[in-house]
Amino acid sequence: MMQPTPNPESLPGRLADDLDGAFADVVRVYQDGIYSGAVQLTRDRHDAEDVVQETFVRAYRALQRYPARRRAELRLGGWLWTIALDVCRNRHRARSRRPDETTLAVLVDPSDPAADDPAAVLDGAAEIEEWRRRLADLPEPQRNAVVLRHVVGLGYDEIAAATGRPVGTVKADVHRGIRRLERIPTVEEVTS
Amino acid sequence: MTDIERRLRALRARAPRRLLPSILAALALGDAYTVVDGPVGPLYVAWNDRGVTACVPVAAVDGPFEDAHPRHAIRVDEPPPWLRGPLDRALATGRLGDLPVDLSALGEFQRLVLRKCAEIPPGQIRPYGWIAAELGRPGAARAVGTALARNPIPILIPCHRVVRTDGRIGRYAYGTEMKRELLRREGVDPDAVEALARRRIRYVGSDTPKTYCYPTCHHAARLSADHRVAFRSHAEAEAAGYRPCRACRPAA
Repeated sequence: MMQPTPNPESLPGRLADDLDGAFADVVRVYQDGIYSGAVQLTRDRHDAEDVVQETFVRAYRALQRYPARRRAELRLGGWLWTIALDVCRNRHRARSRRPDETTLAVLVDPSDPAADDPAAVLDGAAEIEEWRRRLADLPEPQRNAVVLRHVVGLGYDEIAAATGRPVGTVKADVHRGIRRLERIPTVEEVTS
Repeated sequence: MTDIERRLRALRARAPRRLLPSILAALALGDAYTVVDGPVGPLYVAWNDRGVTACVPVAAVDGPFEDAHPRHAIRVDEPPPWLRGPLDRALATGRLGDLPVDLSALGEFQRLVLRKCAEIPPGQIRPYGWIAAELGRPGAARAVGTALARNPIPILIPCHRVVRTDGRIGRYAYGTEMKRELLRREGVDPDAVEALARRRIRYVGSDTPKTYCYPTCHHAARLSADHRVAFRSHAEAEAAGYRPCRACRPAA
């Protein structure tokens, strides 16, 4: 059953009035963005699912502690990513102790119709994997900034809030990250 | 937008649909639900992270299940793996088995009644007074009836196997005919049960050894006609020197 898409603008006010009633809509509005970013930052869609789950669970617990006025003033996109980045970092730390078992199969779920979306613009699974590899090669601040700006679609001020870095620094991170991505040769260029 | 920005934007994907129900369940903010095949038609089955919270015949719900369910409910295509096996087995066997159920929203007496009800094997029936007696509350048959009438997980918790003390099939939340059909599917003939009730026969005895049972107890079903004795009351059976069956434990 399709639910109407909730209006993101109304969410902070609704959270202030009725946290339990509005929280499902917070998940509906922000889950795709957090999932998309987490897939790039954790390099694994199972980890990304765990990141989404843990981010929203921690967000809810935090909102329970906040007074209504603070909930009403939240900028949810950046605020949720403050939590999500922390969850991603913890995941990544735990994961880096294991051998990297990332393969195409874990990045592209053939049974998930949503996995087809990127293929419309990108040249199939190989190119998705290629971009993941290129993003993974960026230094962490640039990777976070580029993913949040261009995959997730956050504003610079929201990225600044999420990463705890000044807006000017974030802009420079995104700019340098993009420059670097352009300069990293693709696999075909290296082998041909 | 530059080409590289467009390509990065295309990495955006949709989160798997199972995430929302899973998050809400973890926060106890709502239940996930799906539709499964039941013994007499499709069923809505809802659950949270602790177990099944509701089971409702699809035909009994007017409009969307979301509106009928007391908590936030989100449809998913199929139950998660931890639920699916136990749920399939429970529906196939008529026994709760290892299916987790969450009765924490209910009062203690109702929880005890439903747990006891779940012990009644498929193909057998017990009167309300049996559950009351088993719980050490022999006077509470009426309260047992109320608790069962509000069973949030019918069919899986088989309140259709509990009948009136006089032996008639009695009422059911989804109509007497569904109760009779559920019993027929398990091999109980409701007409035969009510025919016994009209003759006021409540127990069936076996002469060797001298024990008496509810008529649908599997011991009673095995008796041949020449070893079968009918009793109208507990007192009549005891006076004839019969002892209650240890399997079905007929109550006074």
